[in-house]
Amino acid sequence: MKLLEYQAKEVLHSLGIAIPAGKVARTPDEAAAACAQLGPVAVKAQVPVGGRGKAGGIKLAATPEEARKAAEQIIGMDIKGFKVPLVYCETALEIGREIYLGFTVDRDARANILMLSAKGGMEIEQVAEESPESIARLYPNPWRGPLDFELTQLVFDAGLGELARPLGALIKKLYRAIPELDAITAEINPLVVTKNGEVIAGDAKLEVDENAAWRHKDLEERYGDVVEGDPYEVEAKKRGLTYVSLDGEIGIIGNGAGLCMSTLDLVQRAGGRAANFCDIGGGAKAEVVENALAVILMNPRVKGVLMNVFGGITRGDEVAKGLVHARDNLKMQLPLVVRLSGTREEEGRKILKENGIEPGANAWEAAQKIVELTRVKA
Amino acid sequence: MSILLDASTRVIVQGITGREGSFHTEQMQAMGTKVVGGTSPGKGGTTHLGVPVFNTVADAVKATGASASGIFVPPPFAPDAIMEAAAAGITLIVCITEGIPIQDMIRVKDFLRGYPAARLLGANCPGLITPGVAKIGIIPQRITKAGHVGLVSRSGTLTYEVGSALSASGMGQSTIVGIGGDPVLGLTFKDVIELFEQDPQTTHLVVIGEIGGSDEEHAAELLGRGSRLKTVAFISGRTAPEGKRMGHAGAIISGNRGTAKSKEEAFRKAGVAVAETTDDIVGLLR
Repeated sequence: MKLLEYQAKEVLHSLGIAIPAGKVARTPDEAAAACAQLGPVAVKAQVPVGGRGKAGGIKLAATPEEARKAAEQIIGMDIKGFKVPLVYCETALEIGREIYLGFTVDRDARANILMLSAKGGMEIEQVAEESPESIARLYPNPWRGPLDFELTQLVFDAGLGELARPLGALIKKLYRAIPELDAITAEINPLVVTKNGEVIAGDAKLEVDENAAWRHKDLEERYGDVVEGDPYEVEAKKRGLTYVSLDGEIGIIGNGAGLCMSTLDLVQRAGGRAANFCDIGGGAKAEVVENALAVILMNPRVKGVLMNVFGGITRGDEVAKGLVHARDNLKMQLPLVVRLSGTREEEGRKILKENGIEPGANAWEAAQKIVELTRVKA
Repeated sequence: MSILLDASTRVIVQGITGREGSFHTEQMQAMGTKVVGGTSPGKGGTTHLGVPVFNTVADAVKATGASASGIFVPPPFAPDAIMEAAAAGITLIVCITEGIPIQDMIRVKDFLRGYPAARLLGANCPGLITPGVAKIGIIPQRITKAGHVGLVSRSGTLTYEVGSALSASGMGQSTIVGIGGDPVLGLTFKDVIELFEQDPQTTHLVVIGEIGGSDEEHAAELLGRGSRLKTVAFISGRTAPEGKRMGHAGAIISGNRGTAKSKEEAFRKAGVAVAETTDDIVGLLR
C-alpha cells in the first residue's frame, strides 16, 4: 500500500521525525480555513504517484482566498490516472539545505538499502546516474538494524559529517518503519535543514508491504480507503481479486501472474488493447471467475473478454462449467473467448462450445479471435 | 541425471497434515518421490499418508536422514519453517507458500548465510520436478516428460504451459525448476543455470522470466560467457505499464534494468534466442 504524503508524514511523526505544520483539506473552504490558521501555505495534491508538481498539483497560497482558489483547481484534478481526493496545506520551510534520505529493497542484494545524499531536493535518479558516488549506501543487518558507527560512516560518506548526530538519530527513527510497519520503501526528499538548523521532512513517501497487512490492520483501517484511483480496482479489492486497470477495451482473465501478463502481451501483438490485468490464481474456482467477470463487465469500455486458463491440477470441465454459470448469472452479452488447457481440456471445450462460448486452441489464436470479435462489434 | 532432486533424495514435508500439505504429498508420493516423513508440531509420533510425523524438522532429520524439505505452511509461519529446515541440516528447502512479507524473507536470507550448504527454492514458487522420478511442490506430473531440456521459470502457470508444449512436441525435460515470483528469493536463474550446465543429461535450456528485478540480466551475462546448452528465453510482461504493481509478479520497474526490453536485449546480446510468444519456444529450441 502506497501512503499519501500526509499519511506518510503522520507515520514519520509518530516515529519521532519532525514534519512541517499542515492540515488536510477535502474542500476549498477547508483549505481557506487551514491557511487562515497556518499562514502562507503550499496547497499540495495528495496522490500516490510522483510528478505532481510538474502536473500542476502544488500551488503556493499567501492568503485564505488564494488557498481556496488553489484547492478548487487541484481537488478532483487527474494526475497520472488518480483523481485528487484532497489537498494537504502545509507551511513553507526556511530552507537552509536539502538532503535526500531513503530506503528500499535491493532485489539483487536481497536486502534493504539505506541511501543518503547531500544532493537532495532534485531528481535523485538523475543524481544516481550522473554521480552515483554522491549517494552513500548502507545495507543494515535485518535482524538488528543499523548500528551507530555504521550510520556515522554513512553520514560522513555522504559528505554530511557536520550533521552526524542529528542525521544518525533521524535515520534510526526512519529505520523503525521497517521492523515496525513492514515498510518496503520510504523516502524523505527533500529532508530539509532549516536556517535554524532543524532537520525536517519536506516531503515523504512510504510504501508498506501488502503481504504483511495482517500484522498492521490499524494502518489499513486508517489509510486503506482514502485514495481510490480507479473504481474497478476498488471493487476488485473488495472481492479479493488481483486486478489492475489498464486503458484498452479487452477484458483479461488469467490464472497466474506470468500467464496473465503474457496474455496481455499476446492481445497487444494481435492489435488489441487490454482493459485490465486480472489474475484469478491457480484454482480457477467458479466463484472467483464470476467475481472477476463481474468487475470486468462494470467497465463500459470493455467490448469483449478473453480468458486464458491453464489448469495444472484444476479440471478443465469444472472451469468451463463455472464460467458458463458465471456468464449466465451476469447475463453477459459481450463476446467471450476462452483458451482452456490442462486436465480434461477436451471435456471443458465441449461444454464451452455447447454454451456458445468460443474456445481458442491456443493462447495466440484466442488473442487474435477476441481482437477480431471486438473490432467487428466496434 | 537431473539437478537438485533424484530418486534417492529423502524428502520431508513441513505442514504435512494440512490440507495443501496432504494433497500435494499424495501427488508427490504418487510419482515415486521418496517422502520419508513430515512435520506438524504437536502431532509427532503419529503417522500420516503412510509416513511418520515429527514435531520438529530436527527430529525428522535425525530419524529419517532427510536432506530435502517441501514447505506447505501459511505465510505467518513459513519464514520460521525455512530457518528451522536450514538449522536442522536440510540442504534443499522448497518453500511453496505464497504471500510471505518481504522483510521476513530478507531476515531469512540473512539467516541462511550461516548455512551455506542449504539451498532455498522460492518462496512463492511451484517447486521442482524431475519427470518420471520425483518432485517437491505442486508442478503437475502430467505436463512433464523425461528428457534433456532444463526448464527454469519465475511463473507457475507459464511453467506448466511451456512444459506441456515441450512434452507434447516430444522434447522431454531433465528437471523443471520454478524459482518463484517474489522480489526476495532463494535460488536465482543464475544459480539454477549453473547446475544445468554441470548436468550431463541436460542439453537444452528454457528460461522463462518476467519483468522486475535483474535476475534475468544476470542469467544472460552468465550464458554470454559461454554455455554448452542450446537456450531459448521468454520474458512476460512487455506490455505491463510502468510502475503499476501486478500481484506477485514483482512488477515494480526500476532503473533501466527490469524492463522486458532490457531483459530481452541482455539475452540477445548473450547470443540466446528470445521467443516472442510461448508458442514460439519449441520451434526455436529444436
